[in-house]
Amino acid sequence: MEFFKEFPSLSRGELASLRRSIDGAFRDFTRSWAETLESFFHPLLRFLVWFENLLLATPWPIILIVIGGLCYAGARSWKITAASVLAFVVIGYFGMWDDTMSTLAIISVATFLCIAIGIPVGILMARSDRMQAAITPVLDVMQTIPSFVYLIPVVMLLGIGKVPGLIAVCIYAIPPIVRLTNLGIRLVDKDILEAADAFGASPRQKLWGVQVPLALPNIFAGVNQTIMMALAMVVIASMIGVQGLGVPVLRAISNQYLALGVMNGLAIVALAIIFDRVSQTYGKRLQAHRKGHGHD
Amino acid sequence: MTDAKVRIRNLYKIFGRAPQKVLPLVKNGLSKPDLLDQHNHVLGIQDVSLDIPEKRIQVVMGLSGSGKSTLIRHINRLIEPTAGEILIDGEDVLTMTDSQLQDLRRFKASMVFQKFGLLPHRRIIENVAYGLVVQGKSDADASKRARHWIDRVGLSGYEDHYPAQLSGGMQQRVGLARALATDAEILLMDEAFSALDPLIRYDMQSILLELQNELHKTIIFITHDLDEALRLGDNIAILRDGAMVQQGDAQEIVLQPADDYIRDFIKDINRGRVIRLGSLASGQAPENGTRLPAETLLEDALTQLVDAPDQRLAVADKAGKVIGAVNLKDALQAMRS
Repeated sequence: MEFFKEFPSLSRGELASLRRSIDGAFRDFTRSWAETLESFFHPLLRFLVWFENLLLATPWPIILIVIGGLCYAGARSWKITAASVLAFVVIGYFGMWDDTMSTLAIISVATFLCIAIGIPVGILMARSDRMQAAITPVLDVMQTIPSFVYLIPVVMLLGIGKVPGLIAVCIYAIPPIVRLTNLGIRLVDKDILEAADAFGASPRQKLWGVQVPLALPNIFAGVNQTIMMALAMVVIASMIGVQGLGVPVLRAISNQYLALGVMNGLAIVALAIIFDRVSQTYGKRLQAHRKGHGHD
Repeated sequence: MTDAKVRIRNLYKIFGRAPQKVLPLVKNGLSKPDLLDQHNHVLGIQDVSLDIPEKRIQVVMGLSGSGKSTLIRHINRLIEPTAGEILIDGEDVLTMTDSQLQDLRRFKASMVFQKFGLLPHRRIIENVAYGLVVQGKSDADASKRARHWIDRVGLSGYEDHYPAQLSGGMQQRVGLARALATDAEILLMDEAFSALDPLIRYDMQSILLELQNELHKTIIFITHDLDEALRLGDNIAILRDGAMVQQGDAQEIVLQPADDYIRDFIKDINRGRVIRLGSLASGQAPENGTRLPAETLLEDALTQLVDAPDQRLAVADKAGKVIGAVNLKDALQAMRS
């Protein structure tokens, strides 16, 4: 009867020693590899610091002009451009300019990293079913595991700072771009691919001439999602030493400063909306030629 | 025929998990429904042999599911056969390496598709130049040739449009121009005009015949439309359930249908537009009066027969030698039955 009352489990002592041995093994791993890893990520750190300093050192009017220019180049809409510039003016007026620049820097670098890693991985997945079967569960884990859990090994390995923060952001933000690149390539019309085959296109010609261009709208939706998720990680990343809008929010939580928290929170929301609108209208513009227009 | 460009020999295609295992059963005469029931394999092509003459239009006809689209995809090996042989200019397509196959597709055989298969993200000129760019031609050379072929199919002025901006008929002209631009000797056309409405389809057939008069490609044309087959085909092969039922020129098929399936097929067609006087000419020809060429279509001969003395006219072959006579009654009889 006793057997059914309590779930049969390892004894407390066994569990403790199991955890201890895993922790010990990881600690040993950390000791022998931390330095190598740190120097491996060093160029990334230097780039991130350089970019953040660039944004902070540049006079604000020039930043506003560049932001306006990028918005217009992406969206081709005066409305979105004006609203974006206005949002930045308001953010600056409420004293959040420097934090916003720091956040902008880490989001940009994280997005760049996610694209640089995510698109090739997505392409690999699209080309082989076995690859897809192997990578999909990894992506599932990355998206669902609570971010605090993977902060632990990252911090153990690399300590507190910008690079571990960046890695944490990337782990959280990379799945959508991988998934949507894979999906986009797999959804390319079989008839069009067959035509490319029939004209003797090599696998490379097919990939870059047909599959990737036709998957672009989906890939772009992935980039958009990745940016949104990176922004969502800003507060958590600030817990391990990333500068930016997350830091005041964290301070507001621990001290119950309502206004400070809301203001910085809204600044993050404003950034998210700007990124989203600009990248979405750009994505729509990319596929404008697909709809028939100008013909009867 | 000795000058076959493409030879297909005893071709089999079985779709399923282990086609080689069930192949002997099919060779021993297991039918398509039994194969599906007992072994869960689909019989696509069953012992098809076909010699496709050079510089002519070979039509392959059949209803949907007859294996005609599967057959045409074997010629450039978009589909691997289960058994059989395919020779192009005497070269075995099935033993080709990947790069030889790539060259075959780039330089020797181009293809036109039922659903056009155009690249939606590229302009018309880039679509037509696609095969040339794949071949490795320079951009300038490719776009110069593309312009030429866009002009030939009557689409000048649309170079910078995107496919979605064009109507179906115009899109298929792009498909045709793309296939012609590579200068391939063989043109594979898979139900190329089937998605178009009847008037446009007729136009496209005219364009194709006009171009063929000048280019003399070896064309393999798949269709389910008998009128189209009779109009275009120098030779017609009819498939049913993946097997060859009959092959011959239009007149042979109309005058000597191999079985009830084909008889059923041809019962509604306008025989006057298929049968030529040569096949009816017989007996003693009248000394004087007009001589009609043997390749005149019955339909075109009717008015002259009505006006002729005794409603009877002499028929002469290409050399001008009289081979017999035709009278109006026989002509009408031939058109009816």
